[in-house]
Amino acid sequence: MHHSIEVQNLSFSYPDGHTALRDVSLSIAPGEKVALVGPNGAGKSTLVLHLNGILTGQGQVKVCGMELDEKTVGRIRAAVGLVFQNPDDQLFSPTVFDDVAFGPLYQGLDAADVQRRVDSALAAVRMTDYTRRISHHLSTGEKKRIAIATVLSMEPEVLVLDEPTAGLDPRARRAFINLLRDLPMTMLVSSHDLAMVRELLPRMVVMDEGRIVADGETKELLEDQALLEAHGLEKP
Amino acid sequence: MHIHFLDPYQPRTSPIHALDSRVKLVLVLAYILTCALTPIGAWPVYILLLALIFSIELLSSLGIKFVHRRALLAIPFMLAAFPVIFTNGQTVLFSTHIGSWQLTAYAEGLERFISVALKSWLSVQAAIILASSTPFPELLQAMRAIRIPRLLVSLFGLMWRYLFVLVDEALRLMRARQARSGESGKPGARKGGSVAWRARIAGGMAGNLFLRAFERSDRIYMAMVARGYDGEIRALPMPPVSSPAWLALGGGGSLLLLLLLFGILFWG
Repeated sequence: MHHSIEVQNLSFSYPDGHTALRDVSLSIAPGEKVALVGPNGAGKSTLVLHLNGILTGQGQVKVCGMELDEKTVGRIRAAVGLVFQNPDDQLFSPTVFDDVAFGPLYQGLDAADVQRRVDSALAAVRMTDYTRRISHHLSTGEKKRIAIATVLSMEPEVLVLDEPTAGLDPRARRAFINLLRDLPMTMLVSSHDLAMVRELLPRMVVMDEGRIVADGETKELLEDQALLEAHGLEKP
Repeated sequence: MHIHFLDPYQPRTSPIHALDSRVKLVLVLAYILTCALTPIGAWPVYILLLALIFSIELLSSLGIKFVHRRALLAIPFMLAAFPVIFTNGQTVLFSTHIGSWQLTAYAEGLERFISVALKSWLSVQAAIILASSTPFPELLQAMRAIRIPRLLVSLFGLMWRYLFVLVDEALRLMRARQARSGESGKPGARKGGSVAWRARIAGGMAGNLFLRAFERSDRIYMAMVARGYDGEIRALPMPPVSSPAWLALGGGGSLLLLLLLFGILFWG
């Protein structure tokens, strides 16, 4: 059985010389729910952008058994649903329908298939009535849900979320956590919200200064006061 | 992911970089004015102006090559002057028919075109040196100091500040699109969609960007008003111009004036 995500000895420097990833290795099994935590600038977002080939560094990235290269990048982008932190970046089309349909349409699926996928994606985030709404006019919580739907419509194997609960009010946050709990796919969630991590994600990977500094059970790592303090985290 | 390459400023240590930004701004404006006012066909003056700008390029340690790569920007503007070849003069160079049109090129027109092209090329070089050797905030201060209308200076400043934000935003939108541009494993499915569909997506993105810029400008304005903005951005006064800078201003100014008079006297 292959792992959903296999990253081996990945290093990456931005063109301005700033090294964001140093020799990162990580593997995530299918169906696993993993948290990626660490201070700002630790390299979490950079790592996440490598998982569907938006950035490419030195080292090996394998997704769903496919090694990431020019030939497989299209298939990998369909297999990894990447949800950006700011839903305004994710939603670039005029209406909710256009945005959710973008992925399937780009893949060249036929109209009935696209419609089915859009319906089930919106149903999964409980936003069925929003198809004709203008993305621009939605609240932050609604935008976040639509952002998830835009990748669910691609029926990905892995869902990668960057700061999913940032900027949500408690009720929207609660609803969002419940929503994530119901999604069956493999999940990698980069977050500062350790209360959500404890509730939702049994495994936790801690990054700092471009390295993975800890990888283990969330319950245990959250008890390790010294580790949390050393990397700017706080026990929830 | 941030955009830095738009910033033309090149940090170096050179007398040109060290020169007071107000003096630089005035001299560059004077240089451009001299180029503009030098009569058509005053070739020796053009050569002297070219020699002047070349020596400044060398002195600024930016190098002639660097400035020239950027000066290619002036080419489209030169083309705007292209029609003068055919509209003005008596000495016919050649005449040709395009359909029912008769097109006649004149020697005087050609001379005028070459002069205009040279002038714009020289002026662009001066502007490039100014932008590459002066950090933008200093340039804004200099504009304020020489009494360019404050509203205009604030506009330049805000444009400069938010251009990068906007470009970053456009890049993030494009990245989000890229992230969802996948391939299905299904046989027969052609990825990419039709050209019209892709154009519609791109149009939606442009519209989105406009709306966001518009909303952001509202928020920025409110944030400015909340801190007491009343239509004018104030800055600390600049230190007085030093005597070497006065000397540079006087020397440069009189040299340019001399060149201009020379041109007007002999070719005007």
